[in-house]
Amino acid sequence: MIIKVVDNLFDPLDEIRASETELVTRRSKIGASSFFVGTMRDFNEGDSVQSMFLEHYSGMTEKRLEEIAVLAKTKWSLDWVTIVHRIGQIHPAEPIVLVATWSAHRAQAFDSCRSIMEQLKSTAPFWKKESTNDGTRWVKNNTAGYSEND
Amino acid sequence: MSIKVRFFASLSDMVGKSEMDLEFAEGLTVLDVWEKTSPDDLLPSGSLFAINHNYSEPEDLLKDGDEIAFFPPLTGG
Repeated sequence: MIIKVVDNLFDPLDEIRASETELVTRRSKIGASSFFVGTMRDFNEGDSVQSMFLEHYSGMTEKRLEEIAVLAKTKWSLDWVTIVHRIGQIHPAEPIVLVATWSAHRAQAFDSCRSIMEQLKSTAPFWKKESTNDGTRWVKNNTAGYSEND
Repeated sequence: MSIKVRFFASLSDMVGKSEMDLEFAEGLTVLDVWEKTSPDDLLPSGSLFAINHNYSEPEDLLKDGDEIAFFPPLTGG
């Protein structure tokens, strides 16, 4: 399991490769990998967005991400979970978050990856502050995602 | 007793500080802490609370040495 909160630009593919090296000895047992990458848009609520500052609650954020990953490993049969989340100043097209899961079967990989992402959005303490042509503003709510039943 | 009070994101902007220490007698709830530390500001609906990095409820009681955090709805990911 890899859980990271990083304050500089990261490459999701590098993070996936790094996780794969942890899985070398059991690679032949893994039949499915699922990856989600969230990136910053240059628009929101009808406005152009130049950049964004991501604040977090150091200590609680990492704890919550670990709890989410551990819970996923108890719910699904997973060989590995990686979560990387960016903080600090971010620009459009840069990655914000990576969630990656590895399992023997695709249903476990797909379902766990999506569930971890939804849990992260709703329970991990991060906040976005956007810079637009009119100044800065806190993002009030995340866009609607999926429920567990979708 | 003494606790640390922390404010994040828009709530930090609203109260004009990110953290403070608070001395108090027994029986203080999460909501009591907000009223003592931010008497001029109504707590926005949808606000969240955490005691020692665990989500808590408005009526939960604080104890000596606790860290209580107030923050708005989450927008990560």
